[in-house]
Amino acid sequence: MVKSLLLVGVGGQGTILVSKILSQGLIKEGYDVKMSEIHGMAQRGGSVTTQIRFGEKVYSPSIGTGEADVMIAFEKVEAARYLQQLKKGGRLIVNDVEMYPLPVLTGKEKYPNGVIEALKDEVENIKVINARKVAEELGEVKAQNIVMLGCLVKALELENIDWIELIKANLPEKLHEINIKAYESGLNL
Amino acid sequence: MKKLLTGNEAIARGAYEAGCTVACAYPGTPSTEILENVSTYKEIYSEWSTNEKVALEVASGASIGGARSLVAMKHVGLNVAADPLFTMAYEGVNGGLVVITADEPGLHSSQNAQDNRLYAPHSKAALMEPSDSQECKDFVKYAFEISEQFDTPVIFRVTTRVCHSKGLVELGEREEVGIKEYSKNIRKYIMVPANSKAKQKEIEHDRIPSLRKYSNNTPLNRIEWGDKKIGIITSGISYLHAKEVFGDEASYLKIGFSYPLPDEMIKKFAKTVDKLYVIEESEPYIENFVKSLGIECIGKEFIPACGELSPEIIRNVLVKDEAKDVYKADIEVPSRPPALCAGCPHRGIFYEVSKLKDVVVTSDIGCYTLGMAPPLNVGDTVICMGAGISAGLGFEKAFKLAGVDKKVFGFVGDSTFFHSGMTGLVNAVYNKTNMVMVILDNRITAMTGHQQNPGTGKTLMGEVTEIVDIEAIVKAVGIKEENIRVVDPYKLEETKKAVKDAYEATEPFVIITKQPCALIKEVQRRRKNMYCEVVEDKCKKCKSCLKIGCPAISIRDNVVSIDRAQCNGCTICAQVCPFDAIERMGE
Repeated sequence: MVKSLLLVGVGGQGTILVSKILSQGLIKEGYDVKMSEIHGMAQRGGSVTTQIRFGEKVYSPSIGTGEADVMIAFEKVEAARYLQQLKKGGRLIVNDVEMYPLPVLTGKEKYPNGVIEALKDEVENIKVINARKVAEELGEVKAQNIVMLGCLVKALELENIDWIELIKANLPEKLHEINIKAYESGLNL
Repeated sequence: MKKLLTGNEAIARGAYEAGCTVACAYPGTPSTEILENVSTYKEIYSEWSTNEKVALEVASGASIGGARSLVAMKHVGLNVAADPLFTMAYEGVNGGLVVITADEPGLHSSQNAQDNRLYAPHSKAALMEPSDSQECKDFVKYAFEISEQFDTPVIFRVTTRVCHSKGLVELGEREEVGIKEYSKNIRKYIMVPANSKAKQKEIEHDRIPSLRKYSNNTPLNRIEWGDKKIGIITSGISYLHAKEVFGDEASYLKIGFSYPLPDEMIKKFAKTVDKLYVIEESEPYIENFVKSLGIECIGKEFIPACGELSPEIIRNVLVKDEAKDVYKADIEVPSRPPALCAGCPHRGIFYEVSKLKDVVVTSDIGCYTLGMAPPLNVGDTVICMGAGISAGLGFEKAFKLAGVDKKVFGFVGDSTFFHSGMTGLVNAVYNKTNMVMVILDNRITAMTGHQQNPGTGKTLMGEVTEIVDIEAIVKAVGIKEENIRVVDPYKLEETKKAVKDAYEATEPFVIITKQPCALIKEVQRRRKNMYCEVVEDKCKKCKSCLKIGCPAISIRDNVVSIDRAQCNGCTICAQVCPFDAIERMGE
């Protein structure tokens, strides 16, 4: 049984680190893992996605329409943008933060109202969190990606993997304490 | 030991294990991380070369000198390096020579898409295509062996999804092969017509037939028997997508060595299956060959040649296209194109040039391409590396002939300047112009993720080196001192003055903007506590600050605010505010 996981967000939000830690943990657990992400120009504030597929044997790294078992959106309008990727009945985790894209900032386009409500109307299995607020309360807004990691680990029921060890392995020592707290907060959301 | 590696990391590991001793590249998505990872192996001399042609020439010399040599580039890089490639395909190698081309069928970060497999039959170099990270590593080792055995460069073709996908890789040990002895052999290594003619015949009558025989017998090309009703010939990432869709319900001819293609194997496979599909991304490279053998197959009539393939696309076109019931949020989703970062030093000069009406801007490849986006809208053309200057000259000549009175500004970045902007600059001086050449020196190769370049004072291997002085070059090629301005683009007054002088100049004029990329770690550390803030009771909501296109500045519910997390206190917004309503905070 192969599970497909889609991370979506905005370039610079730290989705790549989360997907890196996740895939390392999945490998440790003995899964075959394929992960695919896009680098380069898209990352300058553009919309970014990372696809992770894991199971006994995985061939293609690509996730198609209606194929993601779990989708985690680091920004709410990005959840709406990629919603058709989520499998019917799949789990959606949304970070309730707004990041205005440039066309909105310059007044060419509008940032929609009622994003969360629209997502809730459509998706049964949805969880809305505010990882930025949690991270801010911990004193480091940049740790919001690790809050998201905690929340995702819980949704995937993978708490048995030693994620704290992996967080330590992927971050400089001075950031360990705050990110472990961020992870634990995410787990308990 | 097994490790989770991207295709790029695995290629680097393969080079290490194969005993590679020299590696060169110019950075370009999706190939950049290959050399970044190679450079972590101290046994390999590795360098950022100034461009792909130089990189392949360095690797060629190293190969003839006896070193197993690798060169890596993005697909368009091979166009730049095509000149040495074609001749090296004649000369052959001493130490193995592997040329990695990372193609981008999905155009995630490229100006075009191209299928560089076609370079193989054109140049007569051998071609390989790995499908996943494990194969990336294993195939590089094969590639060096093939290169030395058949005396040919090997084109090693990967694509974005192979480069940037991670998979498990079984690691091995490094095999030290040393540096082969070089002996002078002008018939082999000096390509004058007489020698070239002999080589041409040798390749046609000897190398290609030998390689074709190898292709028919190598384990790099293999048949996986499943249900014989459907047979699939495929290569690269398409193999994995096809496997995902058809599993054991089809048989596969999986091609890893793809020039020359294995004719006998294809004939045998085609005979055994009822229906034959060729599933490949981009061009019908394999398909055309299969058809040339007189074998019927189904391919590009259904499988798109544009964009990346996926299991979903293959399923829809070859199995059944059924409308899926999917979620859809009932809201209008705004677009989110990439944008110049908050604090980007390019913003200042773009803002000043954006105020000029009768100008044409020839831009170039790099973060600064994004200057074309609203609200700055600076940019009329982007073609390829270096064209920012040279195409600008052409524009200026055309306008002159047409009697159009427009000023041409050509933009290039620092790394682009060293890559191929310098030749354009010399050309512009030599052929006389009044165009303005703007060199955006942000002290790094930014778009590809911060690689060193000749202007940074550090090599890929971390050694301190000479800083090649852009201003000195500009002077040396003949731009007069009075026609050069070196400005800090965070200072708008200074930048505006330079743009004005440039606009009025009647001779070739150069502006160099100097300010490091805002994302460089040291810069981020230094500016960590700097930010700008809107003083609410002074703000008249005139929206002047929104005209600089900074992603940190927004207006919500008629309140302008600056996102402190993004802002680095560059103060460009404060300088454009007519009411002094933006203040710089922090130290």
